[in-house]
Amino acid sequence: MIKKLAFNRFYKLFNFISLSLILISIILLLFKGLNFGVDFKGGTLIEIRVKDKTVTITNIRDSLNQINLGDVSVKKFGKEDDYLIKFEKKDFNNPNFISEIKSKLTSSLGNTFEFRRVENVGPKVSSELLRSGIIAICLSLAAMLIYIWIRFEWQFSLGAIVALFHDVIITLGIFSLFGLEINLSIVAAVLTIVGYSMNDTVVIFDRVRENLRKYSDINIFELTNISINETLSRTIITSTTTLLALFSIFFFGGEILKGFSLAMILGVFFGTYSSIYIANPILVFLKVSQKTILKEDKD
Amino acid sequence: MLYFSKIRIFLITTFTLIFVYIFLSNFIKSDDLIFNKKITLGLDLQGGSYLLLEIDNSPVITQKLQNTIPVFKKYFKERKINLRNFKIIEDKFLIFEVKDSQISEVKQILEEKENNIVNNYYPKFKSHEFDFVVENNLFKLNFSKYGLVEIKDASQSQALETIRRRVDEVGTNEPNILKRGNDRIVVELPGLDDPTRVKNLLGKTANLTFRFIIQGSEETFGSEKLIFEDGSEEAIVSKRIILSGDNLIDANPSVDSQSSETVVNFSLDRVGAKRFGKATTTGIGKRLAIVLDGKIISAPVIRDAIVSGSGQISGDFTFQSATDLALLLRSGALPAPLKIIEERTVGPDLGQDSINAGIIALAIGFLLVICFMIIKYRIFGLIANITLILNLFLLVGILTLFEATLTLPGIAGIILTVGMAVDANVLIFERIKEEILGEKNNLIAFDSGYEKSKTAVIDANITTLLAAIILFFMGSGPVKGFSVTLGVGIFTTLFSVYFIARLLTSLYVTKNKNKESII
Repeated sequence: MIKKLAFNRFYKLFNFISLSLILISIILLLFKGLNFGVDFKGGTLIEIRVKDKTVTITNIRDSLNQINLGDVSVKKFGKEDDYLIKFEKKDFNNPNFISEIKSKLTSSLGNTFEFRRVENVGPKVSSELLRSGIIAICLSLAAMLIYIWIRFEWQFSLGAIVALFHDVIITLGIFSLFGLEINLSIVAAVLTIVGYSMNDTVVIFDRVRENLRKYSDINIFELTNISINETLSRTIITSTTTLLALFSIFFFGGEILKGFSLAMILGVFFGTYSSIYIANPILVFLKVSQKTILKEDKD
Repeated sequence: MLYFSKIRIFLITTFTLIFVYIFLSNFIKSDDLIFNKKITLGLDLQGGSYLLLEIDNSPVITQKLQNTIPVFKKYFKERKINLRNFKIIEDKFLIFEVKDSQISEVKQILEEKENNIVNNYYPKFKSHEFDFVVENNLFKLNFSKYGLVEIKDASQSQALETIRRRVDEVGTNEPNILKRGNDRIVVELPGLDDPTRVKNLLGKTANLTFRFIIQGSEETFGSEKLIFEDGSEEAIVSKRIILSGDNLIDANPSVDSQSSETVVNFSLDRVGAKRFGKATTTGIGKRLAIVLDGKIISAPVIRDAIVSGSGQISGDFTFQSATDLALLLRSGALPAPLKIIEERTVGPDLGQDSINAGIIALAIGFLLVICFMIIKYRIFGLIANITLILNLFLLVGILTLFEATLTLPGIAGIILTVGMAVDANVLIFERIKEEILGEKNNLIAFDSGYEKSKTAVIDANITTLLAAIILFFMGSGPVKGFSVTLGVGIFTTLFSVYFIARLLTSLYVTKNKNKESII
């Protein structure tokens, strides 16, 4: 037999920690909210690269404040002299306002910069993107719920879904806590987290089911622990290789993918954790036994 | 499980080699390859501009309602029913009154399904063109859901054609112009880092009319007050249209030899030439206003009759603005005004930087995973790594074959696939390790390892696939590219694990049947 770690001894402790984290995340999401990017809030984003080293954020901001753009935010972006300019633009009908900004900057900073990226999202589009993002996440949760229900029993399905909620909510909570920007790629990351976390849970559940058939005299509390241990080296190896890939995107994949890879890294971490400490305790809580499985086999 | 017939080995090898070839063809610059498709780079990687335009159909709807008034009048008059007090309100309702005794008759006509001239019935939608309500003797009509669909579809198709002509004239390389929904159009302009000119051109409806300026109240047809383009003065202009943009067959900028002013020369079709000739003959001494999108460009005084079917528009043009006006006139008017509701432009430098960063991240991620697997599994790590490399070739090969668009998130999807693809092999190898504990015969242990891990591998991959499919349908732009690589990656992973890796494993295990602690 493989050396056994007593994961089940800490079920209660980690459930308590998870519950607190979820609660904190929900409070953060409700009261602090998420920092939506132009994709979801509408407005304009301009990424500029300044070749003149003497130009500072204040220079750029002062220059932009001379045109009436409303609340302008200027931030450093990445390592070189790249800056991100963001503002909510009200009058969307003037197709020339980007070039007006360009000529304003030219007159005050000189011809030492270039526009690397311009994103301009109207209010109608941004609310549509937000809606379809939320629908996508809900749909994916529903799809997982149904899939696991078909493949396993409802107790497993419930366990897996609670684990998914846990991962998604805590990841979003961390984004809220640090005010990290939520854009389209974060939605993609959340959906991938849903897929990954599920993947991880399914592997352990598959083993739990197999062991339920094999041993009739071991209770579910012990059985989940055996199953977690038996799949443990796989869990570690897979999350390691996935994290290696993700860290490589985070550090070398450029500024644009930073948020995406960070969300995924958090998601993989919590996904792995929740497969062990959320999904399995729920099976224990729901008193899954050999009978649950045998009923399914008869059908 | 571990037995492979010769024919299967042949098929797997051929299939893999084909995709390796397709993968490599991406990097060879030659036209005489058997296969010379290349993977398409998204705008975020090659640089370019994405514009989402929305058609404002309310003028079209008002115009359509306006056009139906005479049709209604005539049709009901023939049936001895007099419709009175036609009105259009809120840009969408057509209102008229009927004598009390004829209300039910009008209702009946409007509800007819066969050969209904005033209220078309669309059998394919099971719906009339107009919905209506009756309040006392007042009829209130508006376009039904499907009536609106017909209008929107028609104006979208027309707008698409006009946009294509305009964008083609600007001469950007391989623009991509697509319908989205029934009132939006996507314009993708690869390689364009400043879309200001295109945006200006698309922002103009380019509705051109030639009309007389009138003094006093000599006009019975109706008139309106319009301002000049430069805002300098106003003039009362007749509503009677002498010529419209539809009559133009060509327009070009040029410099007038006498005044050395920049002008736009135009030539008219036969009908237009005739009408223009007649108007200029009778109207000598009058001012002819040239009106574009509700503003007067210029209003020259007619000195001679112009019967040649060609003319000249002057009006303080720079060469650029004259060129643009000529372009707009050549490409025709849009059916309705367009609004740019989303714009994303990526400069070529940033695109190249993203490609470089993506490739570096891929290389490093790949290297890390490969080293990890070798350390962890030795010879089987090698097998998993060969599989991983071939998996990557298959993935990029399939993307090339289907001409999928590779975006920056798409590259992230590939890197993520590299990280997650080893999972299937790990699941299998770990299972084999367990099986070997209780089974002396390596062949049997490997067989049951593959067999028993199958449900976990399939289930685990289907969950990710489900997420990718939902993302594909709900996501937009670059994110869609991510879902494509992630989804295709799952299929190539399963293929490479169950065919390539298993083939290599079987070759190795059959040779080392009795080796102790083989894995």
